[in-house]
Amino acid sequence: MGLKEKLHGIKEDFKGKKMAPAFNALHTFLYTPNETTHNGSHIRAVDDLKRTMNTVIMALVPVLIWGIFNAGYQHYAAVDAANGIIREASLFGNFFTWDNFTMGAITVLPLVIVSYLVGLGVEFVFAVIKGHEVEEGYLVTGMLVPLIVPVDIPLWMLAVAVVFGVVIGKEVFGGTGMNILNPALTIRAFLFFAYPTWMSGDKVWVHGANAVVGTPDAISGETILGAYAQNSSVVYDFADKFFGFIPGSVGETSTFLIILGGLFLMFTKIASWRIIFSAIVGAAVMGLIFNGVVDQGWIAEGSKFYGLMSTPFWEHLIIGGIAFGIVYMATDPVSGAQTNKGKYWYGFLIGFLSIMIRVFNPAYPEGVFLAILLMNVFAPTIDHYVVQANVKKRMKRLKLKTA
Amino acid sequence: MSKDIKIKKGLDIQLVGEAEQTVADAPQSRTYVIKPSDFHLVTPKMLLKEGASFKAGEPLFYAKKDESIKFVSPVSGTLTEIKRGAKRVITHLIIEADGTGATVEHSKIDVNSASADAIKERMLESGLWPFIKQRPYDIIASTKTTPDAIFISGHNSAPLAPDYNFSLKGKEAQLQAAITALSKLTSGKVYLGVAKASNSVFNKLSEVEMHTVSGPHPSGNVGTQINKIAPVNKGETVWTITPENLVIIGELFLTGKFNPERIISVSGSEVKAPKYYKTKIGAEVSTFAYSAGIKGDNVRMISGNVLTGNQVSADGHLGYYHNEFVVVPEGDDYELFGWNKPVFNKISSSRALTFSWLFPNKKYDLDTNTNGEHRAFVVTGNYEEVFPLDIYPLQLLKACMVQDLDAMEALGMYEVAPEDFALTEFVCVSKQPHQAIIRKGLDLMHEEIG
Repeated sequence: MGLKEKLHGIKEDFKGKKMAPAFNALHTFLYTPNETTHNGSHIRAVDDLKRTMNTVIMALVPVLIWGIFNAGYQHYAAVDAANGIIREASLFGNFFTWDNFTMGAITVLPLVIVSYLVGLGVEFVFAVIKGHEVEEGYLVTGMLVPLIVPVDIPLWMLAVAVVFGVVIGKEVFGGTGMNILNPALTIRAFLFFAYPTWMSGDKVWVHGANAVVGTPDAISGETILGAYAQNSSVVYDFADKFFGFIPGSVGETSTFLIILGGLFLMFTKIASWRIIFSAIVGAAVMGLIFNGVVDQGWIAEGSKFYGLMSTPFWEHLIIGGIAFGIVYMATDPVSGAQTNKGKYWYGFLIGFLSIMIRVFNPAYPEGVFLAILLMNVFAPTIDHYVVQANVKKRMKRLKLKTA
Repeated sequence: MSKDIKIKKGLDIQLVGEAEQTVADAPQSRTYVIKPSDFHLVTPKMLLKEGASFKAGEPLFYAKKDESIKFVSPVSGTLTEIKRGAKRVITHLIIEADGTGATVEHSKIDVNSASADAIKERMLESGLWPFIKQRPYDIIASTKTTPDAIFISGHNSAPLAPDYNFSLKGKEAQLQAAITALSKLTSGKVYLGVAKASNSVFNKLSEVEMHTVSGPHPSGNVGTQINKIAPVNKGETVWTITPENLVIIGELFLTGKFNPERIISVSGSEVKAPKYYKTKIGAEVSTFAYSAGIKGDNVRMISGNVLTGNQVSADGHLGYYHNEFVVVPEGDDYELFGWNKPVFNKISSSRALTFSWLFPNKKYDLDTNTNGEHRAFVVTGNYEEVFPLDIYPLQLLKACMVQDLDAMEALGMYEVAPEDFALTEFVCVSKQPHQAIIRKGLDLMHEEIG
């Protein structure tokens, strides 16, 4: 008897029992189910939600791998810097090294494991209690979470945030497909507001920076945005920023890989090109407006907004989490705008507001997650007006006929 | 006057097993079955008792809500059994054919000079009325309303669909008679959507407004054509009739006889020799299925097309409105890593390691597996790619699911039929039953408003 038949037997045994969704969730990872259509469309396209979510995860894997190496690289670079040695980044010289990988892996992989164990645990519990199948939404959320937190976040903090995000951000609304806010960003927001001293400042972005604060070995773990916000000079050049040899949240640093991931998602039609395209336009427009303000001399060099306002608009797109946010989180179909026309507005406003928040909130310059959460809340409003236009057209047609 | 309708949104599902253009006579069917469930929302009131004998064209039952709508027997014979289901609902009327071919003879009517009332009366008494469907609600037309327009789609774009230019060849006179008759029953026009073809059986018809339609499925759906030509507004009613039923209507006016003969296509990847068969409404599917040959044991037999038809068993019968019979493999098997491996042998509307976009002309052998489990609506924007109507499909489906009548009305529920949602159902990543959702929504509206 083969594996397939054995599992089929177990599935039949579980049928109708409380634990059936838990078994089925594991079973369907191995085999697509033997379900057939009934009346209605007798044949179905091959895409299911698992495939959709899996495609997003595939687009995230390169970013994760880069994040692991970068976590190690930044750690050793900071240690060197503390000892007065300036490092020049080189891909195979000192980036893809075994040391970087092991150091990165022991800091990043626990985040991934905790995120998945806790989050999927909550999902399984809810599925069993409510008697529905385990939905795949958390597969992507669970991968996004470790990529948008600082490397040195304590694991218990992450676990608490994941429970909060999945329960309050998703399950109370009815589970996958029903949530208003992006669960990954809900988790991020929870961390930011519940543990602000951990999540902001300059000590959490590089592994080991926090442990040595105040000691003679103190190392700087500042992100580029932090540096800009404080009007201090930035030591990284364009290539560093674009390819991602910079400190930051685990997954956000390599704009290059994020662009590749974004292209892949747009090509596979999983992510909406409308949102990505218009968000980039929105961010560029806001950046250009600020650049214009600086050019006009309306803002003094000493102003606390000067540093980020004078950053060229294209540079805004490659530093911080904006590229990551636009490609992987703004495109979440559940919490985003659901109409094609609405997607243009939704994306544009995300880009626009991200840069605005970034510039006007120097204490915490990472605006993209707040911008996306804000637009998550307004997405139904945008859709409402788009749909109402269609409704009005129908009413007008009726009036023309009856008049 | 010919106006072009070009459809861009949609999806042509190319399947193997297209019917070869030859007609065979299906072996004589011993029994015929009328299923009242084919006539949605009709509660049958029997006119005949079990054991009664009758001619072809004699009324078997009428609709409880409207006594004038009669349903007639396709053949002469004996009513051997009235099968009932739960709550004593009549599910099957089983007729044993006597093979004499005796038919009720109505007087001939000259459709050019006859009055609208005479035509309507004849259609009701002779059992032609159930062929007329109305929108809103996609049910048999009400006898009390005059339709604002009548729509006929002479283009069949569904997968494996029979070619009207072949199956209706030589029926021009019947088509014309039916169209002339129907044109008297509407206050508006009769619209006919046809594909561009020089040898079309529809080309010479008069008293209709012709529209040339092109583009992928669902360009041939009458709902698509209504939406592009003259969408249904609140308070309006339009009728829809399929061409194969026009032939039956026309023939009754020309000869006075109800002749439920049809040339149907028998197709699908599990059919050995897919071709056309001449048969009758309600005939045993085994008569033509086994004549054409069925390859496997584990197959899905469908009366109607693969996107909208009904599952029938091997001893089942052809549906009242159906002009095709499809056999595809049953997909009740597990597939190892089916959700993440690259897929070349199935159709997909995305490119997520699915490669059907590389081969637009390849023909596929799809089975009935859902390729995934039922989920909540998650993905957005993919229905719009295959839904050419000026309606927001996801929003309308959600309105139906929460039974919000105001939203359903505002979003265009009066314009749609379940079949318009067949393609969105096909591409649905969450494997939701769109057609059933829309059907329930329409029924609710009909109950509360109509």
